[in-house]
Amino acid sequence: MKVAVVGAGPAGVRAVEQLVRAGLEPTWLEESPDGGGRIYQRPPAGFRRGYRAIYGADAGRARRLHATLEALKPRCDWRPDTLVWNIRTRERLLDTQTAGRRRDTLAYDALILCTGAMDRILPIPGWTLPGVTTLGGAQIALKAQGVGIGARPVFIGTGPLLVLAALQYAKAGAPPALVLDTTSFLTKAMAAAGLLWNLPTFLRGLRYTAALRMKGVAVAEDATPIAIEGEGKVMALRWRDSGWREHVTPCDAVAMGWGLKPEAQLADLAGVPFRFDATGHNWLPERDAAGRTPVPGVYLAGDGAGIGGAEVAELAGARAALALLEDHALPADLALRAHLDGRLRTEARFRAALERAFPYPAHLARRMEDATLLCRCEAITAGELRAVARYGGSEANRAKALSRVGMGRCQGRVCGPPAAEVLAAALGVPVEQVGRLRGQPPVKPIPLPGAA
Amino acid sequence: MRRADVLIVGGGGAGCSAALFLARRGVRVTLLERGLVGSQATGVNYGGVRQQGRDPAGIPLAIKSRALWSRLPELIGTDAEFDPCGHLKLARSEADEAELLRWNRVAAEYGLVTQMIGRNAIREAHPYFGDQVVAGSLLAEDGSANPRLLSPALARAARDAGAEILEHHAVSAAAHDGSDFVIEAAGATFAAPWLLNCAGYWGGTLSEKFGEPVPIAPLHPNMLVTEPLPYFLRHSLGVVGGGIYMRQIARGNVIFGGGRGSAVKDPSRTRPSAEAALGSMEAATALVPRLAGAMVIRSWSGTDGTFADGFPVLGPSRTTPGLIHAFGFCGEGFQLGPGVGQVLSELVMDGRTDVPLEAFDIGRFARQDTGGMASTARQEEGETA
Repeated sequence: MKVAVVGAGPAGVRAVEQLVRAGLEPTWLEESPDGGGRIYQRPPAGFRRGYRAIYGADAGRARRLHATLEALKPRCDWRPDTLVWNIRTRERLLDTQTAGRRRDTLAYDALILCTGAMDRILPIPGWTLPGVTTLGGAQIALKAQGVGIGARPVFIGTGPLLVLAALQYAKAGAPPALVLDTTSFLTKAMAAAGLLWNLPTFLRGLRYTAALRMKGVAVAEDATPIAIEGEGKVMALRWRDSGWREHVTPCDAVAMGWGLKPEAQLADLAGVPFRFDATGHNWLPERDAAGRTPVPGVYLAGDGAGIGGAEVAELAGARAALALLEDHALPADLALRAHLDGRLRTEARFRAALERAFPYPAHLARRMEDATLLCRCEAITAGELRAVARYGGSEANRAKALSRVGMGRCQGRVCGPPAAEVLAAALGVPVEQVGRLRGQPPVKPIPLPGAA
Repeated sequence: MRRADVLIVGGGGAGCSAALFLARRGVRVTLLERGLVGSQATGVNYGGVRQQGRDPAGIPLAIKSRALWSRLPELIGTDAEFDPCGHLKLARSEADEAELLRWNRVAAEYGLVTQMIGRNAIREAHPYFGDQVVAGSLLAEDGSANPRLLSPALARAARDAGAEILEHHAVSAAAHDGSDFVIEAAGATFAAPWLLNCAGYWGGTLSEKFGEPVPIAPLHPNMLVTEPLPYFLRHSLGVVGGGIYMRQIARGNVIFGGGRGSAVKDPSRTRPSAEAALGSMEAATALVPRLAGAMVIRSWSGTDGTFADGFPVLGPSRTTPGLIHAFGFCGEGFQLGPGVGQVLSELVMDGRTDVPLEAFDIGRFARQDTGGMASTARQEEGETA
């Protein structure tokens, strides 16, 4: 049986581990030069920094995952630096591109998609200035390259990553000038009971915030970013505190992020139906608790199937592999299956509380000023999108056709969620009613052939 | 029962244009569209506004429509990004060159002005073409437009003129009760003495309900677009024999196509083909080598209807007075949309139009045994609008 696994982050590693245990030799496709995922991204060869320095409290997990990854590589058809840019479900084929150039087609009988997630952003004036990046981007710069986005950065957003990334910068010698959390303390406190489903993680979050304050980093909760200011580079953040007072904080870089959104384009192209998850404010591909989708042969695991974080991704990756094995009458570890199901149920409760504790600031997106650049690839403002809402832009895809929002290089991966909020507000409907942008191949840009 | 003077089924370029022209003449029009206006053939095609290369039988209609393209701003309040950038058809062999010359002589009889560009001149004027290009013929008043904008803009203008445009109204039943057409859509019943069948590929289903089955086949264009590149390509490009067509829009993106996509389950949902995409990408860099390395950011498809002889069905029904067909434009309908709407309005209001439609008569399928649903080489070659 030909099994393909897309992605070598925590979900992909644990999925392949179970497949190999069952005697299979899967084809393993990873877009990056190496595995580990964004969370455990490894520095390039030649960098000599220890696990503790790079991954902090996650050093043990990172080390174990990397060890498994290395052990598995020789036992699979390991294909790093390989983008899966299209999927043909009917023929069960993947279209791939390796090293940005070499193209191939890969047949599969069963497929596990572990495609991960990316930061959700909120366009504000100045967000396209050099020096503005995502929280995930800021963290990867530090982890993989050992460089910071700036010496005096500002971190904007909400969620566990906001505090974690800020603390990592403080420890690395680039203390943030400000950590701006759009969520109020009250919202977080109200979700605290649910967060007890994962007590260690909850406590770790509290400890991080305390550590940040101990290091003298200003943390503003229930605050609102107004604009990133500067000429050709980031020079300051203009923002408003919970008491509606305006401040200008000088800085040389900005990282922003409001939770994550699944990178589910391949599931979309595979024909997996999507539903809107009101808690996490994300469109999610449909799957059962084990990762089976309604599309025969297609399984999902990890953040690409719904945001759960690295721990959950490891559990879900193994679980999806067991489901695949069972469905194909291959030996699966039943004791492990029971254990994973229990853990995943508990983690789902924790995740729901986490999403409630750190909501996407839809109200800020809806209030976005007309002049704010919403789609940076096509340079379309919020006002231009609102204008097409009045002229037949009754749902996301029609609004895209009329306004070009989401038509550019990122295909709406970056601007999609805030654009949906702006459009929904302009139409006076709930955000799920404007739908989501249909996936179109290629999943990411592919070059025209020939000597360039 | 909701009454109108004219019912139109299908909100593509032809249907929306007919609604506009009829409403302007004071007719009560209701247009029923199964999805959103301009979702299929009119909305997803290449965007060629091209007279060049057409069969002589269709040239007068194309000329009539071309005149409307220049008047779009006054008619619908937008130019739908129409750019008379010229259509340059390229020859890659002496035989191709002879074909260009042959067509140019025919076109001249209709008053179309073409300009042959020979071997040396084409290198000088267009240094970015690959070695395979040996000559070209330019029809300067041809051009391109944004397919996504045309139908919505026509529909908006029609609505402003008093037409009723109903989206998400798929026809579930259609009959003639002796005096009126009675159409059911989205749980409502509509009646009118006139019915215009502008339903694209689905026009075949509608004509069959009135005793006129046609050998229509779905046609799914396969389109791609690159990220913006420095602007260099003034004309919209085609090649003799087809297979690749290409244009660059002012914001820099290069739009090109060739080959076919496919339907997912039924023709209302389509997807582009990876094989066709890779083939078009090869053909694109062979034609314009400097495109090597440019990033393709998106591909798409949609559904048009096509006939083996390459002609649409356009004209009165042979079975049912009051029914006029305009569907199955074989990948060449985008340019024609505005003109077809005008023709339909004239057929309803004046009983005649000033362009010949004989070749497009639905009766042709009864006369000859065309047998089969396959599209011919001619269509496979043609660019999709």
